[in-house]
Amino acid sequence: MDFSRNTFDNHLQKMADDTLLLASRVSEAVHNAIDALGSMDSIVAGQVIANDEEINARRYQIENDVIVLIATQQPVGRDVRFLAAILEIITELERIGDYAKGICKIQLLITREDCLRSVISDLKRMSVMGLSMLNDSLSAFINKDVAFARQIPDRDDAVDSLYNDIRSRLVSLMIKDMSYAQNVDYLIWVAHNLERLADRVSNICERIIYVYTGEMKELDGPRKYQPPEE
Amino acid sequence: MDSPNNSENAIEVSGLNIYYDKFRAVKNVSIAIKQKKVTAFIGPSGCGKSTMLRSLNRMNELIPSCHTEGKVDFLGQDIYAPNVDPVEVRKRIGMVFQKPNPFPKSIYENVAWSARINGFKPGLGRPSMDEWVEICLRKAALWDEVKDKLHQSGLSISGGQQQRLCIARTIAVQPQIILMDEPASALDPIATLKIEELMRELADEYTIIVVTHNMQQAARASDYTAFFTMDEDRSGILVEYDKTEKLYTNPSDSKTEAYISGRFG
Repeated sequence: MDFSRNTFDNHLQKMADDTLLLASRVSEAVHNAIDALGSMDSIVAGQVIANDEEINARRYQIENDVIVLIATQQPVGRDVRFLAAILEIITELERIGDYAKGICKIQLLITREDCLRSVISDLKRMSVMGLSMLNDSLSAFINKDVAFARQIPDRDDAVDSLYNDIRSRLVSLMIKDMSYAQNVDYLIWVAHNLERLADRVSNICERIIYVYTGEMKELDGPRKYQPPEE
Repeated sequence: MDSPNNSENAIEVSGLNIYYDKFRAVKNVSIAIKQKKVTAFIGPSGCGKSTMLRSLNRMNELIPSCHTEGKVDFLGQDIYAPNVDPVEVRKRIGMVFQKPNPFPKSIYENVAWSARINGFKPGLGRPSMDEWVEICLRKAALWDEVKDKLHQSGLSISGGQQQRLCIARTIAVQPQIILMDEPASALDPIATLKIEELMRELADEYTIIVVTHNMQQAARASDYTAFFTMDEDRSGILVEYDKTEKLYTNPSDSKTEAYISGRFG
């Protein structure tokens, strides 16, 4: 006999909706952070830093709601995997939000240098790649598309190689002229944050696969470059 | 005892003591029940939760040895005041029992008869009796299952359906509060979930108070939970009363924590 637990199903749907909303705030924060860096707009940077509070609050609210559902609704099977995955996904999203905030803090410290322009425009490219992975991972989540979720982490290679490229260009610049050292150091941090963003999207994809298959393992794409451990 | 404050209360109980002869089964309970919410009474066997529930529509008076002290205010009126007719109280505050107990009449008559003896008059500007039976069966989430056999006996349907018929019969009297005493303990898990889902839906319109020894059921289906236990005299006492999500994730009392986590009771 077919039977739906409407109340519980509505709660699960709300958790998915709230997670998507959190993701869109995080995505917007990264986008604005990189724009602020490109245009040296410290007002926008300040807003992103201030908005991080809201991202954190949303994450804690979702975490609390999931705990209440686990405590009161006795989820099993896919439902419990779904709720466990939400807890992981919101943690990854919140950390991506922190990267956006970190980039904005750097924006406030860095000084304008013409020779850094091309690097900053490549950082923008890196962020576009990472955010498109993030958006796709959320589509895979909503559409229960496991095959798509498996493909997304492969794109991390391109992000890693761009990171590698940006990093060596920055280091060469510094070797040429030590007066760039401070700015180079800051921009390496920005690149590092964006590189980690893509890694966190891969973790989100792992969780999506776990929800819909029960399979829990690390997705190790054909990566050529492994960044040093944090 | 702190009660969750704010919004309107359907029932306010203060200083309630209930005795069976000299034995005090419920000791000094005060509790405010929220309107149009599901409130669950939980606790180990013998903690007085069913006695407590029955006191809310004066059902205990049908037990000769039982007497009650304290106040139970319903819409600002103490239901134990001398001028109050208990039959009127039970119309406004209906009850559904543990074991489904349809009358040995047709499904239709179970609902229609309850409506009729409680003064329902079909007619101008009001639904006809057929319409009213349908409305009540729909509200009890039973209509689709029985619409083609309304004139079969109420005892011919499954236990879960019989229980929903009893709920339809209670609704037919147009109560404001529905008391449920272990309404799903005689049912299989799916029939149980249907009753729980139904409680949620009914709370849009009615105040629901449910006694259950199934604490997972209280967790799943209620907005507020009251945890009762026994003191050293084996009298029932209210230990903790809070929003269900709070009580099940961060109870204030260690006895509540022990009970809901299956370590006591």
